[in-house]
Amino acid sequence: MSSKVLHAIYTDDDLLMQAVKQTREARYHIEEVYTPFPVHGLDKAMGLAPTRLAITSFLYGLVGLTVAATMMNFIMIEDWPQNIGGKPSFSFIENLPAFVPIMFELTVFFAAHLMVITFYMRSKLWPFKQAENPDVRTTDDHFLMEVDVANHKVEEMSKFLGDTGAIEVKLIHK
Amino acid sequence: MYTLSSKLKLTAIIFIVVGAIGMIYGFLAAPSSIEDVEKIIAEQEAHHGGGHGETAQMQDHGNEGHHEAQTEHAEGHSEHEATEEKHKSSHAEHLLHQLQNKPWAATYVAAFFFFMIALGALAFYAIQYAAQAGWSPVLYRVIEAITAYLLPGSLIVLLLLVLSGFHFNHLFVWMDPEVVKHDELIQGKSAYLNVPFFLIRAVIYIAGWNIFRFLLIRNSRRHDEADHNRWFKQSFKLSAGFLVFFIVTESMMSWDWIMSVDPHWYSTLFGWYVFASLFVSAITTIALITIFLKSRGYLEYVNNSHIHDLAKFMFGISIFWTYLWFSQFMLIWYSNIPEEVTYFITRIEDYNLPFFGMLVLNFIFPLLVLMNSDYKRVNWFVVMAGIVILVGHYIDIYNMIMPATVGESWFIGIPEISAVLFFGGLFIFIVFSALTKAPLLAKRNPYIKESKHYHY
Repeated sequence: MSSKVLHAIYTDDDLLMQAVKQTREARYHIEEVYTPFPVHGLDKAMGLAPTRLAITSFLYGLVGLTVAATMMNFIMIEDWPQNIGGKPSFSFIENLPAFVPIMFELTVFFAAHLMVITFYMRSKLWPFKQAENPDVRTTDDHFLMEVDVANHKVEEMSKFLGDTGAIEVKLIHK
Repeated sequence: MYTLSSKLKLTAIIFIVVGAIGMIYGFLAAPSSIEDVEKIIAEQEAHHGGGHGETAQMQDHGNEGHHEAQTEHAEGHSEHEATEEKHKSSHAEHLLHQLQNKPWAATYVAAFFFFMIALGALAFYAIQYAAQAGWSPVLYRVIEAITAYLLPGSLIVLLLLVLSGFHFNHLFVWMDPEVVKHDELIQGKSAYLNVPFFLIRAVIYIAGWNIFRFLLIRNSRRHDEADHNRWFKQSFKLSAGFLVFFIVTESMMSWDWIMSVDPHWYSTLFGWYVFASLFVSAITTIALITIFLKSRGYLEYVNNSHIHDLAKFMFGISIFWTYLWFSQFMLIWYSNIPEEVTYFITRIEDYNLPFFGMLVLNFIFPLLVLMNSDYKRVNWFVVMAGIVILVGHYIDIYNMIMPATVGESWFIGIPEISAVLFFGGLFIFIVFSALTKAPLLAKRNPYIKESKHYHY
């Protein structure tokens, strides 16, 4: 079954925000919005669920903290204790201040890198991936809203989108 | 306009009265002679059932800088197999000084704590102006009211410093000429650490802060009635000037008023460390008073995005404080240079619970409670975290002053709690009275519209 969508193109982000709100109020279904830059508040206007990326980041941070603590305990306490400046070398807790910078750095390292990788995977982005944006102008100065036609009338919808300030409306057979 | 409710006024006055009574009791209960102290020691021994030897041993490694000359004196004697009697009397004298310092130190810690909140609020206020912040103008009158405590608060601290300078107490051991005579380290620092210069500096800091505060508040009031932005623009320049003056004087103030109680010890990031403490306490107080006023139906334009931003600051500056605390601690712990590391040895051995407990209150608790973005908008979460942060930073100041002034005789008892009640009551009374003096909205601020519609 081929689905039909309308591509409405805007030239201004404020206009786009307004159009997104109106389109949702008119109970049309917005498939996707393509913008040349992140538009603040667009996710809320589109009604997207809040991101869970922060939760994953926190968990990755905990992993990093655990890895660092385990690693330092093995290296500096269990495997090869060394006398550095007369510091107690047989007890993890008494040596803790020396390990804190490493634990901090690895927490940040794990949280940041794994969060970015998670973000790429969730956004389906990887090397040599073909660009998904349907119109190259959305990488420059145009904004594109893709609206599902479903069982609405195409003419009526085109007129509605034109009224919201779209400079052109195109019917696309997917 | 805000009107001070009689209930709040009464609460503040009760705090002041109860606090004053407790403080007077604290001063009266402090032992005045060696005989009193010997009685206390005898009681303690009976109570603990331990021998004198144990107490004396603890005394020997309790090397907290204050009356170090006497401690060294005592140690020297024990090396030469001094008689038990001599050692005992020197220990009693040492304890006498600590116990006599205790009510003074308790007063000083509480006075400084509430004073630093007002100073931090002024710094936060100046930053808002200098940064031309658009989110915060609806909070300006709350911040202005908190800075109203700056004048009385700083004068009380100055009074305590003057009393120290005239030897009514011995908080600052370097002020005692007897001690300096036997101490080459302090002698080397006496060009800076001497009573007249110390008091002149204090007057300069306090006068400077209060003049800037006076001008900024005056401009803010005038701007309400004006039909041009000249006062606002002047406040921008004044704030930039104040921030430069502030960061220099705040740093020097922290060396003078806090770091010099341990005259042998120094830390090059101490000014920043005290700044972090003062700044987070001030922002927390701003958040708490804003939430209180909002709950009473005032501040109609404050929404949960403003609270969110204040909570972000509380969270961020708490972590900044921890970063500085750890930077100071780790370098000194690692290098292990005797004259530096005594500072932390005293705190870990004699102040273990407040020293590490403070880390839980000031770091781990705010970190976990305020990490989630949504929790920063929930008032009771912010209030809970705020109270813990304020308690934590009181203990932080306590840990800065007490080890050098009362040594191992510390205890958070009647003098300490009373002093907090007294200055807390005074703070509430002055701040909420100041709130009644001007409309709660700086209505002509050029950014007020942005602030009213601020939405994260």
